[in-house]
Amino acid sequence: MDDVILRVEGITKTFPGVKALDNVSFDIRPGEVHALVGESGAGKSTLMKALAGLHKPDSGQIIYQGAPTEVAGPLDARQKGILLIHQELSLSPELSVAENIYLGAWPTNRFGVLKKRELRRNASAALEALGCGFDPDVRVGTLSVAMQQMVEIARAEAFNANVVIFDEPTASLTDTEKDQLFHTIRGLKARGVGIVYISHKMDEIFDITDRITVLRDGQVQGTVDTAETDLNQVTRMMIGRTLDSYFVKAKPEFGEEVLRVEGLSNQGLFSDVSFSIREGEVLGLYGLVGAGRSEVVETVFGVRKADGGKIFWKSGEIDLPTPRQSIDMGMALVPESRKEQGLVLMMGGRENTSLPHLDLFSDRSVMNRSKELTTFDKYRSALSIKTTGPDQAVSQLSGGNQQKFVLAKWLCADPKLIILDEPTRGIDVGSKSAIHELIADLAEQGLAVIVISSEMPEVLGVSHRVLAMSEGAVVAEFEGDDMTEENLIDAVSHHRGEAAA
Amino acid sequence: MSLATNNQAATPLQSVLGWLLRNHIWVFLALTVIVFSVSSPYFLTVNNIGNILTQGAFIGILAIGMTLVMIDGEIDLSVGAVLALASALAIGLQDHMGVWPAVFLGLMSGAALGFVNGTLVALSGMHSFIVTLGGLIGIRGLVFVYSGENALMVPDFSYTEIPEIYFGPISLTAILFFALALFFQWVLSSTRHGRETYAVGDNIEAAHDAGINVKRHKIINFTICGTLAAVCGILLSMRLGTAEPNAGKIWELWTIIAVVLGGTRLQGGFGSMWMTIGGVLTLAVLRNGLRLLNTPNYVELMVMGGVLIMALVLDKLLNHKGDT
Repeated sequence: MDDVILRVEGITKTFPGVKALDNVSFDIRPGEVHALVGESGAGKSTLMKALAGLHKPDSGQIIYQGAPTEVAGPLDARQKGILLIHQELSLSPELSVAENIYLGAWPTNRFGVLKKRELRRNASAALEALGCGFDPDVRVGTLSVAMQQMVEIARAEAFNANVVIFDEPTASLTDTEKDQLFHTIRGLKARGVGIVYISHKMDEIFDITDRITVLRDGQVQGTVDTAETDLNQVTRMMIGRTLDSYFVKAKPEFGEEVLRVEGLSNQGLFSDVSFSIREGEVLGLYGLVGAGRSEVVETVFGVRKADGGKIFWKSGEIDLPTPRQSIDMGMALVPESRKEQGLVLMMGGRENTSLPHLDLFSDRSVMNRSKELTTFDKYRSALSIKTTGPDQAVSQLSGGNQQKFVLAKWLCADPKLIILDEPTRGIDVGSKSAIHELIADLAEQGLAVIVISSEMPEVLGVSHRVLAMSEGAVVAEFEGDDMTEENLIDAVSHHRGEAAA
Repeated sequence: MSLATNNQAATPLQSVLGWLLRNHIWVFLALTVIVFSVSSPYFLTVNNIGNILTQGAFIGILAIGMTLVMIDGEIDLSVGAVLALASALAIGLQDHMGVWPAVFLGLMSGAALGFVNGTLVALSGMHSFIVTLGGLIGIRGLVFVYSGENALMVPDFSYTEIPEIYFGPISLTAILFFALALFFQWVLSSTRHGRETYAVGDNIEAAHDAGINVKRHKIINFTICGTLAAVCGILLSMRLGTAEPNAGKIWELWTIIAVVLGGTRLQGGFGSMWMTIGGVLTLAVLRNGLRLLNTPNYVELMVMGGVLIMALVLDKLLNHKGDT
């Protein structure tokens, strides 16, 4: 008990509609690297923001150095010795390295005049302690991402941090830079700093951490010693859940091949991906975050440019498409982030629905409002969308209803292939099953449907066939009776184990 | 010591080039000076240079405050109107309370309006463009109400002699501009407030996370900006001996042009008083030079517009190169 530097006790944090953290407890010992893992939305970022004073928890407490502590804000956290290293670095590019290390806490005299020499000397000392020998006077904007990260880590030295939280620190680092970072982390660890390490990359977690805490849906699934567990167990803790909802699967009546992809590659994201899909078929694409699922479909759709590979549309090879061409051919992509890519939030349902096909709803560039309204009404009743009217801003709707409008806007152009990227993320159970039913309906009408999902029961429940992806490659394909949770977990974790070894 | 480490990677020539890339306005200024020196015999005379500095100083004093506000990532469109109000008060109140209390109250009116601007921006979350656009119209209206739509005349013309102090060809007004510019350059480079200014404009999230009181900080800079606008208005009233209700009309635009011409970034986070001095002088040289060449007023405006766009394109090109 004495050997704990920071303990989180029963923290709960609720955002409108979501319980982001549900009675979460865990602890950090000095000199350990403690991994925090979980799929997106599991509550990792909320938890660390609570630690760094960016969120105030609804209940529960933080025991720091043996005493209950309230963290008032980021600067307070830093001065207490708790340092959060953001994924998006928290630096001012136009200021110097030294000024950034002490951002907001510059040494000054009584009149607010900077003690530049002291600032520079302290910054140099902090950098030296980290073993990185760059000039404290350099503008941060001129440094590489890895070096900028070192500037943030130098704050740990400068403020004598006891706890350092890393959020996806290797997301944009090269392998060499990663090795340097790990060297630095081991240095901090040797000095007795408690480190929280958040990452999606399992090989890194097994490489550097001592203990692993798994979060799922805002709850702690368990804490295990890294040495005494394996990927399979951790993966299971992260994604395993009971089959608590009932899925409808479309009748397996397949027609002609709609799309075939051969050896598609996109450097650094995925390589040599091949698959095909027929009319009336639902193809599931499963993998953990970072496996490259979204990137593959975005490349097929033309949002990203492929480096190599062929795409066949209805048996004819096509040039790598642009999104416009893909839409015209009859492809539809419903993206993962509704708010960023899917909807114009200030517009109503009517305008959002017609947005990708303005030519269908206009006569010589003049919008045909009655045509829009007809379509709007059709989908409002077909998908039972709850909205006050065609012009209610979609920002006011619930996530589930927003998602239905995203679907409506792609369906009204009569696509042959529709790609759904995480179609049920963050929406309520009722809307979820409505969308599952819709997927089955669409397939029975002869559409080809690709469903990307991190929820294993969902993928298994709605698909006729499932591709398992891991680290940018398709590692397995399952059909019929082989489509089981066991097989999928084995496929994605086994492959990761090999990559790590 | 710092120079030695800086130059490990860069030769002196490279660092001079690097400085010029970031302060290209001085190259631009040198070019305009050369062009006008060649085309007009009256341009490069001690008298004319003195005139340029005095004429430039008015926009210059406004530009100092504007630079602070713009590095913060904000803008203040109300400086022209604040200037008019301060000048009207400084002259209009002299009958009631004497010269210096009137001047002081004029100054305070600028500080108060700047404080109001800053508070509205910081607390309402509205964009400063909108807030100070309201100020631009509303305060101008106030000036007309106060002055009864007439120019106010100073009761005692000794008031106009106050700034008539010359150091060689350089007027007190010009000296004041340079002194203020240097002081605020020191504030930017050597004080906590200065670091905050860059941090807030550059990455407001990071600044907030670092515990900087972003709201208070912005209010301070708007207050400085308003106070300096009042300083400018008072100097103008001393120079003219009258306070026109229309004084300083569209000066906010000239001010923004000078600051942007200097290279301070409209989005914030980048800029300095050196750049602003360069921008102010370039603007003053252009206006003066074009007049010496007897350019019609509308042609002058066209040239200025073109120069502004050109300078910004140049900035875009050079800084793009500088980054890679």
